[in-house]
Amino acid sequence: MTEAIAATARWQSCAIVEIATRTPSIKSFFLSLSETFKHAAGQHVDVRLTAPNGYNAMRSYSIASAPSDSRVIELAIERLPDGEVSPFFHDFAQVGDTIELRGPLGGHFLWPGSSSKPVLLIAAGSGVVPLMAMIRHRKASGDPVPVALSLSSRTWRDVLFRDELLELEMSLPDFALAVALTREPATRRTDFSRRIDARMVADVAARLPGSPGCALVCGSNAFVDIAVDAVLSLGLEAGAIKTERYGA
Amino acid sequence: MVTRGFTGRQSGSELSDRIPPGQHLVDNFPVLTAGPTPRIDPADWTFTLRVGPRPVKAWSWSEFNALPRTRMTRDIHCVTSWSKLNTAWEGVAVDDILADAGLTAPTPFALAHCYDGYSTNVPLADLATGKAMVALNYEGQPLPREHGGPGRLLVPHLYFWKSAKWVNGLQFTERNEPGFWELRGYHIYGDPWNEQRYTND
Repeated sequence: MTEAIAATARWQSCAIVEIATRTPSIKSFFLSLSETFKHAAGQHVDVRLTAPNGYNAMRSYSIASAPSDSRVIELAIERLPDGEVSPFFHDFAQVGDTIELRGPLGGHFLWPGSSSKPVLLIAAGSGVVPLMAMIRHRKASGDPVPVALSLSSRTWRDVLFRDELLELEMSLPDFALAVALTREPATRRTDFSRRIDARMVADVAARLPGSPGCALVCGSNAFVDIAVDAVLSLGLEAGAIKTERYGA
Repeated sequence: MVTRGFTGRQSGSELSDRIPPGQHLVDNFPVLTAGPTPRIDPADWTFTLRVGPRPVKAWSWSEFNALPRTRMTRDIHCVTSWSKLNTAWEGVAVDDILADAGLTAPTPFALAHCYDGYSTNVPLADLATGKAMVALNYEGQPLPREHGGPGRLLVPHLYFWKSAKWVNGLQFTERNEPGFWELRGYHIYGDPWNEQRYTND
């Protein structure tokens, strides 16, 4: 894995080929790679923006698209009001613009691959992005491992990839979806109208056909801590829990 | 390559020589961890110095706290691109740990080991001569659990994944043996001023 990462971690220029509004605060940017790579679900890229005087800003973004031989990857970027890079993407970037990136990067927060035990995914907000790559990969590869996703969002409109997840819940075998809305009541009986807690995690895990073999948790530090404590209380070993916490 | 329409939030010139390439300043202290945050009661805490597989000395929490204390105020740089200036730490310098164990320069390299199974490699030259400590306090307070308390390694001149949280030992090794992130695509040394982020940088 180290060699694969090392071989592909060069900066390359990518054209924005499509921009899709996902939620009021999140847009997806589809980037056409000039040097094709095949990432593992859960990996990220580093994006670098350069000002005319040479100043540059670098940020890491998880890849939302499934690993494939396609030349196009999807990054779903949340607009942070006090951000430096995400407002550029939301307010200035247009189809046809060129962006520098390198990747794929990260060798830990990854889809467990040949695991035969159920996988528990827990995310808040845009933390679902690397998990979406995993769910899409599971669909594309026909991997039969059962998956449950607990996804916390402020409102129904803020649920990233909502329509696709609802469709997958209907069409993908052994995929359970539970949305937790924190700022408005949920309307589906299988969803929740509160912040994440241990009871919610136990409820979602119980929708899997067996005990989860691993859990992947992505969100803010406070969210991840609550979710991880809940997963630990299900009996999972600490080593079976992978986390990714928002940085700055 | 200039990015159309990007000017960025460029910091004042008096600070720019303290910010390595590709980094940006933060005022908060982001928490990034690959797994659960361990709970370690100081009563159960030990720190073990090994040379190869051989334990040379181990300290309890009270024994470790009785070692000479060192203070450092340093700028820190995370590989995810944030930098934080003037962070104030207090702890036990690696020099003083070695001295208390009666060692000077056991081997050229070391691996820090941690309660959560994490590890990271650092050359002795980057740990000794006042460059690194096991930090027990941050900004005058006991180090919070989310930042690695009770104790974390502090190697402030390297990317911050080298400053291993929840450290419980140093193992001196003859060879430079990659640790957790170094085995997962990150640079073997991690100098922020040379942007040594990933394996071949």
